[in-house]
Amino acid sequence: MKDEEIIICRCEDITLKEIKDAIHKGYKDIESLRKYLQLSAGPCQGKTCIPLTEKILAQELKKRIDEIAMPTTRPPETPVPFGIFSKAKK
Amino acid sequence: MKNRNVVIIGGGITGLAAAYYLVKSGIKNISILEKSYLGSGSTGRCGSGIRQQFTTKEHIVLMKESVKLWKEWNNDLPIPIHFEQGGYLWLLSNKKELAQYKEYVTYQNTFGVESIIISAKEAKEIVPDLNTDKVIGASWCHTDGNAYPFDVTNALQTFLKREKVEINTFEEVNKIHVKNDKIQEVVTNKNRYATNTVINGAGYGAKYIGQLAGLNLPLQPYRHQIAASEPMNNFLGPMIVKGGLYFLQTHRGRIVGGTDLKEPPLSNLNSTLNFLEEYSKQIISVLPIISSVNIMKQWAGYYIVTPDRHPILGPTKINGFVLGCGYSGHGFMLGPVVGKLLASLIVHKNMYIAEANNLTLERFKTGKLIKERAVIG
Repeated sequence: MKDEEIIICRCEDITLKEIKDAIHKGYKDIESLRKYLQLSAGPCQGKTCIPLTEKILAQELKKRIDEIAMPTTRPPETPVPFGIFSKAKK
Repeated sequence: MKNRNVVIIGGGITGLAAAYYLVKSGIKNISILEKSYLGSGSTGRCGSGIRQQFTTKEHIVLMKESVKLWKEWNNDLPIPIHFEQGGYLWLLSNKKELAQYKEYVTYQNTFGVESIIISAKEAKEIVPDLNTDKVIGASWCHTDGNAYPFDVTNALQTFLKREKVEINTFEEVNKIHVKNDKIQEVVTNKNRYATNTVINGAGYGAKYIGQLAGLNLPLQPYRHQIAASEPMNNFLGPMIVKGGLYFLQTHRGRIVGGTDLKEPPLSNLNSTLNFLEEYSKQIISVLPIISSVNIMKQWAGYYIVTPDRHPILGPTKINGFVLGCGYSGHGFMLGPVVGKLLASLIVHKNMYIAEANNLTLERFKTGKLIKERAVIG
């Protein structure tokens, strides 16, 4: 399969080719890639695409996978409606 | 050792905007030093609002100019920054507030800002989904708006890289050499930069950078939290403000907003459950239909606050050490005008807007403080 046919971020429809191109444009860490491509901004909250992007970065930059800094994990763990939090507030 | 005309510390909107206007003025040989990625500090964490509804001459005049520059950026920058003038709708819930905001609006109008006081009914016409039960009027300015922070940093860096500005990310400043009250050199964990001009646009780090140059800047960090919803078709329109609550819908469809938890100064960026509960309660009371919408993500950023809640801009007693910091929650919206002011100071030796001269570090010595009353979030 060609790079432009492989979807890495399913929520935001971002391909392997777009990620590789961005890395070679100078977006060489996950945070910068996320902010440039809007990668991991969808309902899965990056659970699918971030680990994949970590591997792609390691391959493209010829680094070990543990040398790739991971983004901060932010709450909520899964999408939760406003109304739920509102009811929790006494 | 590198020789540089200007070294900019901080890769947020201040540093990038200053570099933009320095390049436009023909200055070459500029380095931007950022200890993390571009926009990693307050710029990338901000609520993205851009308003002129302030209460002091300094803020009003600077923000009116900034909105003009935001419009120029929208046309001139190489990637869309999604600056949109959806307006700011400031909901007022009692007579005292209404009287106060009438005064503010009259003052804003004297500087040509197109704000007006409208009724609750008119507010509901602008945003039909609002619950205006406890609203008795609103302050409305249709030329206020917002832009998308990371589109802005990406657009600016694309422009700057084309213009051969050196942008060094993940590089941390450790030392600033000053001799006879004159900037000599900036030392990082990777390199040395000989220069006579440094811009301190380091946001949260500005206090530390000030210390490196021997200055004690009156800056204190306050944590403020924000949450973003799942994306929806655009239905909201303007930024809505009510007391400490604010929220808007970005061009990507998410509702992004926050509220003031009135916390003391704090040096951590942890997210709290308490914030989600308080924010959810407040936003549902204003916009009930949002109750079933999912919150996707929350995060925190700093307001870097000065004693009078106005930025510290311009020259210091150290020759060549220029400040752009302490925006007290308004750094993103002020970005373009601050960038242009600092570039004007470096190129022409003066900040081209008279009111900016009231915002130098000197005011904390002379006691000429300016008090901003309209701070939200």
